[in-house]
Amino acid sequence: MEKVETVTSVAAPLIRANIDTDAIIPSREMKSVSKTGLADGLFAGWRYTAIGGREPNPGFVLNQPAYSGVRILLGGTNFGCGSSREHAVWALHEYGIRAVIAPTFSPIFYGNCVRNGIVPVRLAAPDIATLAVWVEQDPAGHPLTVDLRAQRVTSGGGHAFSFEIEAEPRDMLLEGLDGIDLTLKQRSAIESFRAADRKARPWIYLEPTP
Amino acid sequence: MAQTLFEKIWRQHVVRELDGNAALVAIDRVFLHERTGSVALKSLRDAGRSVLDPARVFCTMDHIVDTLPGRGDDTLMPGGRAFIVETREAALAAGIRLFDVRDPQQGIVHVISPELGIVLPGATVVCPDSHTCTQGAMGALAWGIGSTEAEHALATGTLRVNKPKTMRVRFEGRLAPGVTAKDLTLALISRHGSAGGNGYAVEYAGSAVTALEVEARLTLCNMATEFSAMTGMIAPDQKTFEYLEGRQYAPRDAGWEQAVAHWRTLVTDEGASFDREILIEVDELAPMVTWGTSPQHAVAITATVPTLEASGTAPEGYARALQYMGLEAGASLLGLPVGAAFIGSCTNSRISDLRRAAAVLRGRKVAPGVRAICVPGSMTVKRQAEAEGLDRVFRDAGFEWRESGCSMCFFSGGESFGARERVISSTNRNFESRQGPETRTHIASPETVAASAIAGHIADVRPLLAGSSTGHH
Repeated sequence: MEKVETVTSVAAPLIRANIDTDAIIPSREMKSVSKTGLADGLFAGWRYTAIGGREPNPGFVLNQPAYSGVRILLGGTNFGCGSSREHAVWALHEYGIRAVIAPTFSPIFYGNCVRNGIVPVRLAAPDIATLAVWVEQDPAGHPLTVDLRAQRVTSGGGHAFSFEIEAEPRDMLLEGLDGIDLTLKQRSAIESFRAADRKARPWIYLEPTP
Repeated sequence: MAQTLFEKIWRQHVVRELDGNAALVAIDRVFLHERTGSVALKSLRDAGRSVLDPARVFCTMDHIVDTLPGRGDDTLMPGGRAFIVETREAALAAGIRLFDVRDPQQGIVHVISPELGIVLPGATVVCPDSHTCTQGAMGALAWGIGSTEAEHALATGTLRVNKPKTMRVRFEGRLAPGVTAKDLTLALISRHGSAGGNGYAVEYAGSAVTALEVEARLTLCNMATEFSAMTGMIAPDQKTFEYLEGRQYAPRDAGWEQAVAHWRTLVTDEGASFDREILIEVDELAPMVTWGTSPQHAVAITATVPTLEASGTAPEGYARALQYMGLEAGASLLGLPVGAAFIGSCTNSRISDLRRAAAVLRGRKVAPGVRAICVPGSMTVKRQAEAEGLDRVFRDAGFEWRESGCSMCFFSGGESFGARERVISSTNRNFESRQGPETRTHIASPETVAASAIAGHIADVRPLLAGSSTGHH
């Protein structure tokens, strides 16, 4: 996974509560057993004028020229709710998004961000509203910076908001770590756990069935 | 020290503590399906890794597979065949148990896992599917994950998990006739919001939960994800043990006795503290129905569409939801014409759900112009329903009777309901375009769906219960 430490970019406000993963990547846009080829379907239901079509809806924020090159999204509460589909995060990443700022995230979406190099930033709704006002005055001229190491979001307008992130997800993002590689270093701990657990709860271990 | 149910299961699974609030947690069961599990298996193989313990990994075809009679690998969803074929190949190569398209035990993951005794009390269960929390009803710690995490669980038998806070939701009192577990979960989410459970593992408790049968408990826990909780769970009790005894993957003989002795310890100790507690008195609850585009947009079926102030929703979202649904504040929900009625999904497709809906439908007809569909949650449920003659009741009333699967709970490019068509649905999500482009979904219990299908508009099931013959379960 690619490392991410700071993201400075135009930020697109998409401040609606409960933006679900069906909205981020509709099921019909997940066309193959693959983690790629998804950016085109990102927000398809809002971004295009017709279902399955590709004619841009000019009213949608990501279609407005002022927001081209966007790498930061400003979202509403419960961002990424609904289906667990990691395709939502793969689509955002492929499109170029590296940070999403929202008051709360669905836990599964949050975990998926951390495993794919997108920084999920929790800020209070009024702070996000403040940033959105600033951004909308001049999107290209008013970029935001998400500094993961400092756990701060700043703007050229003097805004500075701190955010909380647990040590484990922060380090995974900063170091671009692969969770499986990390965990396999604990192989002996896992094996001894399983040996003891098999004695304590033998019923939980199953024999292969043909 | 007094511990909660969650803490007991958590501690029994910590392989080792990690930085901050995280731990490496042992995973007892991994379930996959062809929508999101396929990519996990494929990616694992591409990385040259293998499944650590294939005997504890299961896979089903439920999301993309058709539910029309005579189905095979081809699907109404464009490109669906590739998901089915690739999932089958990957599952066979990994040596895991696959509930394939024609398997007599095929069904929706969260229906067949309890049905086959795959989920057990005290187990950690994960699946790349948000409704995995359903299985917490068996006294398990079960939660939805992404595909990358699924790969991690497959390869290592563990996950790196941030420990959640704990919440207890107590439902106290007696449910009135016609009020169900579905209504409990909608009442909770409507009062405390779609993000109300964010950051928590939620234990459902109280006299009304104890009184629920196992299948109804599964319905209650199913929508913990709609509350933004990591999971919902219910302490296992005698009902849980009786439900599980003799099921295919449940322990047997001496192993059964040993397991039950352990499971009896899986209760929240007296005096254990939670980070948050919520109390809901249930005696006065009515059947619930949603009016908007989030499960938190739910009210008693006899209520009207709330005002902005009463809705608990931000102004922009409120206006958007009403516009999408074609409704105005103060409008009555009872009497809203519906074009379709759907009974199915991991929320409400088990045999008890079908029995209750059939009791309403028996001797009655779906209103002209209403498309009504019933999709049993598993082939086992379907066979049981047919043995009881319930399929005749559904068909005679005018319902389609389908093969099992997720079906039209969500639109994946194949079958859908119409644009701006109003659907009364026993499913879990009323998001914009969830069941079809611009489709207007109203979520409710199976019996409310049945009553509404008969009336041709959103209807209160309670008068039908009072007037119908009693004695159906």
